Amino acid sequence: MDIFTAYFTGAVGYSAILLFGSTGEILTEKAGHLNLGIPGIMCFGALGGCFGVSLIGNVPVVSMLMAILFAFLFAGALGLLYSLFTVSLRCNQNITGLIITTFGVGCTNFFINKISSVSFAKVAKQFTQLFPSYKDLGVFGELFLSYGFMVYFAIIIAVFVAVFMKRTRAGLQLRAVGENPATADAAGINVGLYKYLATFIGSGIAGLGGVYYVFTYLNGAWEYKIDALGWLSIALVIFSVWKPNLAILGSFMFGLLYNAKAYIPGISAPMKEAFGIAPYLVTIIVLIITSIAGSKNVQPPASLGLNYFREDR
Amino acid sequence: MVEAKKIKEPLFHITKRAPMPIWKTILIRASAVLIAILLSSVIIILITGQNPFSIFASMFHGAFGDAATQNKAGVADTRRRLLQEMAILLSIALAVTPAFKMKFWNIGAQGQVLMGALLSAIVARDLGVSLETTDLGSAVNLILMLLAGAFGGALWAVIPAIFKAKWNTNETLFTLMMNYIVICLIGVVRKIWEPNNDSIIIANGHFPDLFGQKYVGILLFAIALTAFMFFYLKKSKHGYEISLVGESVNSAKYAGISVAKITIRTLIFSGAICGIVGAMLVGSIDHNISTTLDRGYGFTAILVSWLAKFNPLFMILTSFLVVFFLKGGAQLADDFGKYGVTNSFGDIIIGIIFFFIIGCEFFIAYSIKFHKKKKAGN
Repeated sequence: MDIFTAYFTGAVGYSAILLFGSTGEILTEKAGHLNLGIPGIMCFGALGGCFGVSLIGNVPVVSMLMAILFAFLFAGALGLLYSLFTVSLRCNQNITGLIITTFGVGCTNFFINKISSVSFAKVAKQFTQLFPSYKDLGVFGELFLSYGFMVYFAIIIAVFVAVFMKRTRAGLQLRAVGENPATADAAGINVGLYKYLATFIGSGIAGLGGVYYVFTYLNGAWEYKIDALGWLSIALVIFSVWKPNLAILGSFMFGLLYNAKAYIPGISAPMKEAFGIAPYLVTIIVLIITSIAGSKNVQPPASLGLNYFREDR
Repeated sequence: MVEAKKIKEPLFHITKRAPMPIWKTILIRASAVLIAILLSSVIIILITGQNPFSIFASMFHGAFGDAATQNKAGVADTRRRLLQEMAILLSIALAVTPAFKMKFWNIGAQGQVLMGALLSAIVARDLGVSLETTDLGSAVNLILMLLAGAFGGALWAVIPAIFKAKWNTNETLFTLMMNYIVICLIGVVRKIWEPNNDSIIIANGHFPDLFGQKYVGILLFAIALTAFMFFYLKKSKHGYEISLVGESVNSAKYAGISVAKITIRTLIFSGAICGIVGAMLVGSIDHNISTTLDRGYGFTAILVSWLAKFNPLFMILTSFLVVFFLKGGAQLADDFGKYGVTNSFGDIIIGIIFFFIIGCEFFIAYSIKFHKKKKAGN
């Protein structure tokens, strides 16, 4: 594998973590809820995945599906908790999100030691390659077919969510809820249901990022770093201006930026650290440009961060 | 098609309550904390199988020291640490309050503290060596450190504020991103100083210990800041303007208040205090610069401030509550480690307690009215 291929595939491998996280967060934010609990939810998803695997050990394909299922359910459950507080009990979204993060990261760190990780390294093999004979296809195979199932899954979900929001009736109604819940309510849309579902499914998708990180990216090892990736996923949401299809490209770019330091020769240690700034810096720049440009297409959902109460005014 | 459906009467509807008497709100909040503690103890019993009282005793010892196992100096040291951490958390919570009161969702306290700390560490390490040859030079160095801290914090807060004021850029996301830029910058500076070594010690720019204790400085700062913030928010013209903007941007505009000016002024003030706390962490407490210097309090402080309803006096109580559970959780990990309790347990308990407290706010602000069932045939 030459340097370019290694760089490219490394970036793709990294990008899928963020893509799961930000696709999930986009879905939630489109319903008007800024879920700052995503870092905790991704951790919790990883915990769920590990729990699912530990239930049945290493069974071909089934272990992987169990990991994905339990990651979705665990993360989704935390998302429901978030909705309970922000939708039903109308608590402040930022505060609730931060508590969800504290709670999710705490729970994950606490319970992860109690799960037997014997079979993890073996199960991870199910995650790391989908097409075993990709090498026959030369560079094309290396670049596009060398990944595990979940990388393609991340892209499929992102495309699906993008099409869903843009082309379907339910997607339109979801966007209406995020833009102006009062109008949506008057039009007969069940605002609460949309908010709950969007947060549940969105959190579930984000949780897959956690399980991907543990089983594909780290080959079944556990490392306490997922919450930092969660914050980066939130950055990616802004960077891709709330569009999951752009998030695919955006996450790839974040992956390139993240891995760049390893591939530039003769780079000093401080410069390596400085590369870490890039994703956050470009996110801020995008945030500023979109707010100055003021075009409707690239704005955050109008009611983002505001809770809806029918009887207000 | 909606008309064709049978109209369903909802089971209940929710209305805003008239303001409750204060004793009632205190009662509701206290019972929420109590229920949360009960729930936590049930979880503790399920995990450890131990008597919950021994567990709470252990937490109590973690916070206040244990005369049975520690000597006098050890107990005093534990209590000093409790006060020190409380003072740090309280100071940051007070710092973020003015911005929150005007509904500017600044979640960048972490970045503001760290930026202040970084700049003052640079002053301490790079200027301190040449300045600290004389007494006057040392004093100048310390003042420069505080100024650098205040400047760093204010800078990190005012950038998002300017964009918010001018172009309505989303401040929550902006301040969040600013946190991570500082975290990376700290990594850069650490590598410049010690390319091959992970431990950084800042030998210069140590603030003098007051009364022989290094925590007294931050404690006095926190006390003075509490008093100041109370009067600033309640009695001063600035405080009035802040609450007016927080209540309604439009009424503030009609009253002839420049919202942009208030936003920028408040954030400079708020960021500068965060930065000073950062400078004190470097100069007085840790003599170090790292990405975890703020102990995660940048985020916790937001919860502390919100929990106290932005009232500086209540914040003494809420910051105590949080530090108690953090310290207690750490002690639990020591005492019950063999039953599988780890350091993160404090986070779980804090999470549960916060959930109950924010949840109970709903029942203070709203009431649920159940609809009487109509008899069949109506």
